[in-house]
Amino acid sequence: MNFLQSKWMTVALFAVLGAGAVAPLLVTDTRLPQWIEVVLGGLMSGVLYSLVALGLVLIFKASGVFNFAQGAMVLFAALSLVRIMEKVPFPVALVLTIAIMVAVAWLIERLVLRPLVNQEGIVLFMATLGIAYFLDGLGQTVWGSDIYTLDIGMPKEPKILLENVFEGGILVGMEDVIAAVIAAVLVGVLALFFQKTPTGRALRAVADDHQAAQSIGIPLNRIWVIVWTVSGIVALVAGIIWGSKLGVQFSLQLVALKALPVVILGGFTSVPGAIIGGLIIGLGEKLSEVYLGPLLGGGIENWFAYVLALVFLLFRPEGLFGEKHIDRV
Amino acid sequence: MIYRETGQYKTTYEADQQLLPILQDRLFMLIVLFVAFFVVPLTASEYLFRAILVPFLILTLAAIGLNILVGFCGQVSLGTGGFMAVGAYAAYNLVIRVPDLNLLVVFLLAGLAATVVGILFGLPSLRIKGFYLAVATLAAQFFLDWAFARIGWFTNYAPSGSVTAPALTIFGYTFQSPVEKYLLVLGIVVVFTLVARNLTRGAIGRSWMAMRDMDVAAEVIGIRPLYAKVTAFAVSSFFVGLAGALWAFVYLGAWEPLAFDVNRSFQLLFMVIIGGLGSILGSFLGAAFIVILPLVLNQLPGWLGIDMSTALISHIEFMIFGALIVFFLIVEPHGLARLWAIGKEKLRLWPFPH
Repeated sequence: MNFLQSKWMTVALFAVLGAGAVAPLLVTDTRLPQWIEVVLGGLMSGVLYSLVALGLVLIFKASGVFNFAQGAMVLFAALSLVRIMEKVPFPVALVLTIAIMVAVAWLIERLVLRPLVNQEGIVLFMATLGIAYFLDGLGQTVWGSDIYTLDIGMPKEPKILLENVFEGGILVGMEDVIAAVIAAVLVGVLALFFQKTPTGRALRAVADDHQAAQSIGIPLNRIWVIVWTVSGIVALVAGIIWGSKLGVQFSLQLVALKALPVVILGGFTSVPGAIIGGLIIGLGEKLSEVYLGPLLGGGIENWFAYVLALVFLLFRPEGLFGEKHIDRV
Repeated sequence: MIYRETGQYKTTYEADQQLLPILQDRLFMLIVLFVAFFVVPLTASEYLFRAILVPFLILTLAAIGLNILVGFCGQVSLGTGGFMAVGAYAAYNLVIRVPDLNLLVVFLLAGLAATVVGILFGLPSLRIKGFYLAVATLAAQFFLDWAFARIGWFTNYAPSGSVTAPALTIFGYTFQSPVEKYLLVLGIVVVFTLVARNLTRGAIGRSWMAMRDMDVAAEVIGIRPLYAKVTAFAVSSFFVGLAGALWAFVYLGAWEPLAFDVNRSFQLLFMVIIGGLGSILGSFLGAAFIVILPLVLNQLPGWLGIDMSTALISHIEFMIFGALIVFFLIVEPHGLARLWAIGKEKLRLWPFPH
């Protein structure tokens, strides 16, 4: 067995990443509380990347489609919710938005995926690029393109923790904590759904082998609608959390592009990989911005994730937890 | 009835292998070139040159470059905008730092600079493909964006990051008016279209297509994947870099890194898909389509007497682009170029059905 594929490689990669994260403490005169704040901030934005990446992984596992439109779905869902909330209370708006996402999933399956069945992955990828553009345009045509504030009653004030341990304590945003909790609950629910329900089992069967699943009578088309719906709902959750943090605006979509390096890092086919990949990217981004940024002139956040993914691709194309098999020449 | 090849016998290998084997095609091409070089400069308005023809020609060159990579070699790239930026900034720095250099040489060297960067970011393609590669090229895009915005040396420490191209003087002649600029770009595009056409139908182009169609089989029949992929990245980046330099110097005049952001990459990819993957003609058609469509959409509400805000129009433009991409991928994966070929085939048989 090649060293690059071995378990030790994973350990080594984690060791390198860990060393990179701790390095600022040793090299510069960084204060520990400040470092912890940066780490927490990084982990929180990592949770959001994880949520978008989760939607990507779900679709990729079940239909082999690399869904570039996940970011557009986040924006579309958040926009829909925010505009519907202007008319009706939050729970009703939530239900309506979910209904919209189901309709979107159904339309995508009908109009895009079904005619393109059996095409190469790259063709489907480019088709999702088209979907992304279409959803962006549609969302802004129907719902308008201003910046909307999404307020679902999350506490805004940061809390100061561990005041007796460190001087000045550590500043933690409460909405970040709630976001993390919501994300954890969502992952838990999804895990239960996939493991315990008949539909979840059918989804996993399709993910393993399309043809075998079809031959035992699992309706592929319906499964695809379900899986696009599920990732539409995941997109909605990501949109809610992100929207209440940054406001619902077009730039949400660009931030969601960061989910691409996340899935490369974590592996295309692994749900835990998406979560951990997101956390690593969020953490690395914030740490490098704060501690490396001054050396390189700032703005590292924009490309750090991609370059990290590029390095990973060179050494370990299947990602941290992905399936070992990967097409390459 | 006019478009017949009956009676055109090929008696030499040269005749058989020439670029356009059918007489009518050659005549048609001559007419097109005549119109492009002589009729258009005399008749077209200044607005037409500035808003449509010059951007169309330059983006065509970039689309040809991208088509070599995506359409002929099957490697998807989302970093085209970044490579265009490399060409633009390389040309800018050459002009500033080596003032006596001929501008044509500057353009070629800018293309070569993009080639080097393209090979560098293309190296992962030896290990990965498909959307993994797409993400790798996206990394190139964002990294290059950042580099040109933040590293002062590239912009000669311009405070706002925006730089201005010098006058277009070649062999003592200054290209100033839109017509002159058009003719300059047209000349370059014609030459490099010929280069691309010949490259893609030669041995190297065949090795690219073999890699695209089935890499393992290509390797088995003796095509070196390393060589085929790296040359595809190199040639593609050269075209894209050259186009970037022209875009900056001839079309924009003054620019900042935002001119070459990720949206430019998507725009070029759309041109290639809509025009036709793996077709030089398709690059022309796709570029024309994507340059003209927004202009038409902007005018359309006015013609129809509907009042629409520009923001709304740009959103609808997004929707139409997205829908068109999906439409072309489903209905006609070979794009507008294929429609053209079908039309020609029909014309050959016309007026008889068989």
